[in-house]
Amino acid sequence: MIRSLPNSRRYLYSYKLYIGLYFAFLFAPLLVTCVLAFNDSQFPYLPWNGFTLEWFTADLPERVGLFHDRMNLESIWVSAQVAFFVTILSVTVGTCAAFLFEQEEFPFKSALYFLMLSPLVIPGVILGISILLFSNTLGMFFETHLGIDVPLFRPGFWLVVLGQFSFIATLVTLVVSARLRKFDRTLEEAALNLGANRFEVIWHITLKFLRPAIVGAAAVAFLMSFENFNTTLFLVSSDTTLPINLYLQVRDGSTPVINAISFLLIVGTSLAAAVNLYFSRKQD
Amino acid sequence: MTMKRRFHITLPLICFLTPVLLWLVLLIVLPHVDLLRMSLRAEDDYGNAIWSFSNYMAFFQEPIYWLTFVRTAVYSIMVTVMTFIVAMPVAFYITKVVAPRFQGFLMMLLLMPFWVSELVRVYGWMILLRESGVINHFLTRMGILNQPIEMLYNDVTMVMGLVYTSMLFMAVPLVSVLESLDDSLIEAACDLGANMGTIFFRIVIPHAMPGIVSGSIVVFMLTLGNYLTPNMIGGKNALWFTEQIYNQFIASFNWNQGSAFGFLLLVLSSLVIWAGLKLTRQKLSRVVQ
Amino acid sequence: MQTDLSVQCVSKTFGDFTAVDNVSFEVPQGEFFSILGPSGCGKTTLLRMIAGFTAPSRGKILIREEDMAGVPPNRRPANLIFQHLALFPMMTVAQNIAFGLQRRREKRSDIQQKITRILERVDLPGFEDKAIDQLSGGQKQRVAIARCLVLEPAVLLLDEPLGALDLKLREQMKVELKKLQAQVGTTFVYITHDQSEALVMSDHVAVMNQGHFEQVDTPQNLYHQPQTSFVSRFVGDNNAWSGVVKRCEAETVDIETPSGQHFRTRATAPLTPGTAVDLFLRPEAMIIQPAADLPNLNRFEVIVKSLLFDGANSRLLANPLNDDTELLIALPQNRQFDHIRRDDRIEVAWDEQSGICFASSE
Repeated sequence: MIRSLPNSRRYLYSYKLYIGLYFAFLFAPLLVTCVLAFNDSQFPYLPWNGFTLEWFTADLPERVGLFHDRMNLESIWVSAQVAFFVTILSVTVGTCAAFLFEQEEFPFKSALYFLMLSPLVIPGVILGISILLFSNTLGMFFETHLGIDVPLFRPGFWLVVLGQFSFIATLVTLVVSARLRKFDRTLEEAALNLGANRFEVIWHITLKFLRPAIVGAAAVAFLMSFENFNTTLFLVSSDTTLPINLYLQVRDGSTPVINAISFLLIVGTSLAAAVNLYFSRKQD
Repeated sequence: MTMKRRFHITLPLICFLTPVLLWLVLLIVLPHVDLLRMSLRAEDDYGNAIWSFSNYMAFFQEPIYWLTFVRTAVYSIMVTVMTFIVAMPVAFYITKVVAPRFQGFLMMLLLMPFWVSELVRVYGWMILLRESGVINHFLTRMGILNQPIEMLYNDVTMVMGLVYTSMLFMAVPLVSVLESLDDSLIEAACDLGANMGTIFFRIVIPHAMPGIVSGSIVVFMLTLGNYLTPNMIGGKNALWFTEQIYNQFIASFNWNQGSAFGFLLLVLSSLVIWAGLKLTRQKLSRVVQ
Repeated sequence: MQTDLSVQCVSKTFGDFTAVDNVSFEVPQGEFFSILGPSGCGKTTLLRMIAGFTAPSRGKILIREEDMAGVPPNRRPANLIFQHLALFPMMTVAQNIAFGLQRRREKRSDIQQKITRILERVDLPGFEDKAIDQLSGGQKQRVAIARCLVLEPAVLLLDEPLGALDLKLREQMKVELKKLQAQVGTTFVYITHDQSEALVMSDHVAVMNQGHFEQVDTPQNLYHQPQTSFVSRFVGDNNAWSGVVKRCEAETVDIETPSGQHFRTRATAPLTPGTAVDLFLRPEAMIIQPAADLPNLNRFEVIVKSLLFDGANSRLLANPLNDDTELLIALPQNRQFDHIRRDDRIEVAWDEQSGICFASSE
């Protein structure tokens, strides 16, 4: 049953078979996507016509590789910018929230904590339409009552940032809180005792302790934002993010350029994950 | 532990509270209040905006709406159960069966696809399963099929795709909760005469309950709110409820009707999660840890 | 008398490492048998083989004369008390105790009765519906024992169950466990690294070292008649000298220490002159300032280095003249020796029969 108990050979073999199948199931679509990015064919299908890098590098009339595909490159750039701002915002606010819920006392704390958790159980689509509605209401209000047109309230770059931030901040809060809970408060008391004020203590002692968690949370926030689809779908306008852009292309028919982008995404995120894992191992 | 202090308004408290309140009030509370408000607005015969339940009435009177709703809910619960059945043995294997030196490696393998965008993963399934796809290519080459068949755009494939996208969110909490299960409890049960089934249902499952609940909540919520997978590989005639919402907002531009749908979906998701917590006697704040 | 447990030439190897090396012993019915050894000596592996969690590489294990080869742990008439007890936290006390009985498909009313009876037996009447985390350390201990005893196993195996308790409770539980065992009459096999636990509770103790048994004997014999130098060192406190045999007659030997002192003592086996030996001597075998007319004593002078006051267990720490061997000497608290101070030079002695020596292993 477990490794310290005697197990029958049949049990272990059938278990290994299941695990093998599971991982095959897990990786099959990713592997196929990657492999077909290098097939010398107009479509991402078999048969295999030979290895080519043209879906990355070509700039021919019938075949435009990823590195010359303006639209896709732009959407990657937009996604990176969105992810950058979402990361900055959610790490700042999430860290504040972690301090607030772990170290401060105030009335209705548990109610506010519950509210902070709620984005975890609100479907992303709902979050998207709610924010769309509310910003629209605000925009109408400003226009009719004050006569000013605020571009922030229309679908677009900043609304996407805010929409993604609204739930990514919760994840950051949870990650940072978990680390903060392990923090030995007597270190803070010692620093206070040595004459530091509350902010100096936080800056010099607590934030140093939290740094690995904050870096990890920032990496996760960046990725979550870079790949978000559900919330973004309702808040995006002309400057589309990469997932939305890919979605529109896949819906209209696929070319191996999509495989090329996917390949870069898979390799990039796997590397980032490996680096992240390596550093978090080193921390422990 | 510090003793519970009396409440004072201090500078740090204000500095921490302000951004958090701005976030939660402006981006969570008010938008959802607005969602409720919009769902209760409609136009009367003269085109004036009035308060009305007509959006909700439309939902109940139009079978296509509530059938989609029920279908989405039932499928989501089914996907959650299936995800648990698929992920539990994997989590158990990684934590309890495999030699400890392979644990880290398997864990990394398990997590890796989680970092890749859902869109890429669904796209991978599309090129595997479509009529001109990789699996059909091999099956016809080997002579198992005479001609390629379309494996996309049906419910079975959609459920498989949904299970695939959610597996990791079930496996991770299960792994962490099983890691905390002391091996000697299983050994003790075995020593007292229990067989594998008894150990599983009396020891492993009760211990893993918090992980099962938190995994199920996340999977259920993600499945219910999923748009990509049903839209791209699901049946073209049978809609997912999020597609109804999208249609109301983007295609029909009927925001009031869409808000009503959105609010109903929110209520459904909260209800099922609440019921799940009640049935298993867990607390949300404990489950998310 | 029936033999409840018989271990015959059992070995266990993991790769090149031999954890248990050709161990044999028998435990008659109703005995409290302990296996005492330092951590890593293989005692846990041995216990897990008896319980059935690990299969022996060689040898046979019989419980009540039945060969246990291939019998899985859930079918063996042996139950194990785990080091950290492994009580099921998701069940109440009664559910924990009922667990094994339900596996045997016993009738519900019988189970009820048995639970009540066993809880009375371990002095926890009325604890049926308590949750595990409501119990104190000692109560958990007793529930764990009750959970196994209710199954009436042929052998109850205990894997250092007192290790997690604090000192005072441990002392108390030692006595309770011995009483309980005498009461129920079940055969106990107890493993521990704590010699006092083994000596206080057991009928027989096996001292284990590097996978093999050094000596199997009663606690009294282990203490007074150790058979190997490992047993002398491991069981109880001992003073150790190294020396060389000068003369050997039957069971008495004359020894010279490196600093030139001569002692006469007994040996377990004949030793040839010139053999390097280790001489062991209990602290309480030392007589401080012996009367001049006592015969057959090894007398010598020491310098007191320090006084270690510990009530009835007080000792002197001293060096012989011209020698930096540290000696522990029991200091009886009968006020006779209150005058002894640090750096005093005093005469001590020991009876020829109270020391013991072995050929040294190097």
